[in-house]
Amino acid sequence: MNQVPLVDYLVLGNQPHLAVNRCTSCGANFFDRRNACAACFGTSFEKADVPTGGVLTAFTIVTFAAPGIDVPFVAGVVDCGGISVRANVINTPPDPEHVSLGMKVRLATYSLGLDDQGTEAVGFGFEPA
Amino acid sequence: MSASEDIWILGIHMTKFGKHPTLDSVDLGAEAIIGALADGGVTMADMGILAAGNLMGSGGIGQQLQKQVGQTGIPVYNVSNACATGATALRTAIMAIRAGECDMGLAVGVEKLAGAGLLGGGGKPKSDEKVWDPSGRYGAVANPDGRIGTNTMPGVFAQIGMEYGHKYGGATFELFARISEKNHAHSTLNPLAAYSKAMTLEQIMGDMMIAYPNTRSMCSANCDGAAAAVVVSGEKLRTLSKEQQRRAVKVSASILTTDPWEEACQILPNVNTLTKNAATQAYEKAGGGPADLDLVEWHDCFATAELVHYDNLGLCEEGGAVEFFESGATWRTGLLPVNVSGGLESKGHPIAATGIANIWEICQHLRDECGDRQIEGAKVGLAHVIGLGSSCGVHILEKSGL
Repeated sequence: MNQVPLVDYLVLGNQPHLAVNRCTSCGANFFDRRNACAACFGTSFEKADVPTGGVLTAFTIVTFAAPGIDVPFVAGVVDCGGISVRANVINTPPDPEHVSLGMKVRLATYSLGLDDQGTEAVGFGFEPA
Repeated sequence: MSASEDIWILGIHMTKFGKHPTLDSVDLGAEAIIGALADGGVTMADMGILAAGNLMGSGGIGQQLQKQVGQTGIPVYNVSNACATGATALRTAIMAIRAGECDMGLAVGVEKLAGAGLLGGGGKPKSDEKVWDPSGRYGAVANPDGRIGTNTMPGVFAQIGMEYGHKYGGATFELFARISEKNHAHSTLNPLAAYSKAMTLEQIMGDMMIAYPNTRSMCSANCDGAAAAVVVSGEKLRTLSKEQQRRAVKVSASILTTDPWEEACQILPNVNTLTKNAATQAYEKAGGGPADLDLVEWHDCFATAELVHYDNLGLCEEGGAVEFFESGATWRTGLLPVNVSGGLESKGHPIAATGIANIWEICQHLRDECGDRQIEGAKVGLAHVIGLGSSCGVHILEKSGL
């Protein structure tokens, strides 16, 4: 089955992981398409893999969101070996008893479903490790 | 005219914040402008520049306002800088005077926001279509909001407070709720606040959860409102009446910063570094420090945001914000009252008006004209705003010695 990632920095395959655009001059990491480096203004980038394990350094449990967005969900920031990643915390109940600052988490993927051409979109989040 | 370093607020006005169903942005902005001009004892004929802020409108608010309050042909700058829009408009007028282009200028910020609901997030009509088609700077095949973190303001600022808790500890749901309790208590003395009811800790914590740990009463109130200020060079002020000189408020520092790049700053907005930088520059410019301040009005757009700025503005040791709040210092009876207006959580947050309304509050205290909520003997105050994305405006204001 054909698969596409939710975002282009999610690399699918046997070992799904995230990949950043790393500035070849100063090493700053970015997830989006780049025009230049925000830190040193360089214009040369290379792909670099992000570790799949990390620590939750900030989170919120969103219970009120824009129409069409399922709530509740846990949004947070995960420190993956010095690279901060924006992600949801998944595969655990979305409440303060099950989600805590400093908890160890690991990357996990899930299906967003098929489109009309039979292609599956795959998203990611972090689950308790 | 020569370039002037010496800048003063001559007149300033804010409208009642709240729901104004029969007034549009132009009505509210005009009320603020006419009030500020009357407060300063001047007219549109004296103004050399108009800087006008409005974030959510259709653009061109400055010219629309001129058509109601006076078309004199002066340059208009329409300003949009997120929640720092009002402060940016004020600073635009200040820069024009500093540059020697004029000796008096007007800044206004106005917003119609009552009933706007949740800000940030969603937005893209792109619902999950039938073909996964990558688009945008992340090549997303579906809306990332809600799937890869949250764009909603209560959720973003919740994480900012929680991040502080992760670094330094002690930042619990109850602590954030107690910050909100303080601001709601302060609002009971402010007749211009959108909401002026005291709330108990239990009411705040038991209110509808929006984005943990921010409940509804810990979020800034979307409302309508406007504020305007007349600024004048020191040289010109000294030609005006003794009464105008006595009531004028000195702008000891007017600073605007943005984020310097840091790891993670494009992941979760970093409201800390640019605030620290703005505060450092402002204290240096004003020739003082946090110990000189008698009151502070800052950007408590959410209870989780107020906490981090105790630290960012240097009111406590690094990492000491929880302890500083728990000391009671920031209540109106404490050592350094913070948000005696009730803050954005109760006074309300008509976005573009906020940056000037914060300054209005400080000016009222420095002029000893603040009635029931007067902080006795106030001589120096600081006003701070954060526009996410980010911009930080810091103004330090001093009582007139003229």
